[in-house]
Amino acid sequence: MLNEDNDQALLERIRRGDKSACAECVERHSPGVYRLALRLTGNEAEAEDVVQETFLSAFKAIDSFEGRSGLSTWLYRIAHNAALMRLRRVQPDQVSVDDEEVFGEGLDVPRQLHAWCCLPERDFESSEARIELERAVRELPEKLRAVFVMRELEALSTEETAEALDVSIDVVKVRLYRARLQLRERLSAYFTEIARTEV
Amino acid sequence: MEKAACHHLLENLAGYLDGEASAELCAELERHLDGCTDCRVVVDTLRKTSALYHELPQPELPPAARLRLYKSLDLSEFLNSSA
Ligand SMILES: [Zn+2]
Repeated sequence: MLNEDNDQALLERIRRGDKSACAECVERHSPGVYRLALRLTGNEAEAEDVVQETFLSAFKAIDSFEGRSGLSTWLYRIAHNAALMRLRRVQPDQVSVDDEEVFGEGLDVPRQLHAWCCLPERDFESSEARIELERAVRELPEKLRAVFVMRELEALSTEETAEALDVSIDVVKVRLYRARLQLRERLSAYFTEIARTEV
Repeated sequence: MEKAACHHLLENLAGYLDGEASAELCAELERHLDGCTDCRVVVDTLRKTSALYHELPQPELPPAARLRLYKSLDLSEFLNSSA
């Protein structure tokens, strides 16, 4: 990651109690933490609370941070846990869905087989399409959503995502693939319908 | 999507899309893709799905929320220096 060296220096300053370093850390990392929180909780107010909680706990626990992972990965990890606690409070049954974690067995078989790639660009760029894209992520099972947001939207590496979620690299790969398949199904249904109405 | 070859493709698709499959396996999967419309559609629309998400505008922390964040962390004094 680009910020890693700077983050190391920043970390030292935060540990020495330098408040301007804390401010820099917030400035640098709050946009990503907010996007993650918003996409995990699906709610602006909740996301704002998660961001506050994340930095409060991070600064409090800064001495116990071993620096094995990058600072941003560690912050994502705290934010994910905070968001998860909130989700469990609001939708207790939503989080405990156990899914298949190996390739092959029980794989989701694609059902939507219409080729919608060649729709005109405006159909993909409409605000309605964007709302549909966001909604599709929000309605993924929580475990798949967390991986998809970190890997695909926040561009964390497979290793960083595994670290942030405390799962193995293979689990990250399986969940990312399953998330992509599920989103593809959902978007296929949406864009196929659009293709039909345009003929 | 019922033939054994289609299932074989699906089982290896994640690695193929992420460029982790061996050259040999890639060639094999691509031969199948040339002759199977259904699998072609799945691969193309999966790629398109990822591409659409990469183009999606990023949500931003609203300015008022940013103010509250700095305040809650007792960092308000740094708000102007780094806007
Ligand atoms: Zn096939």
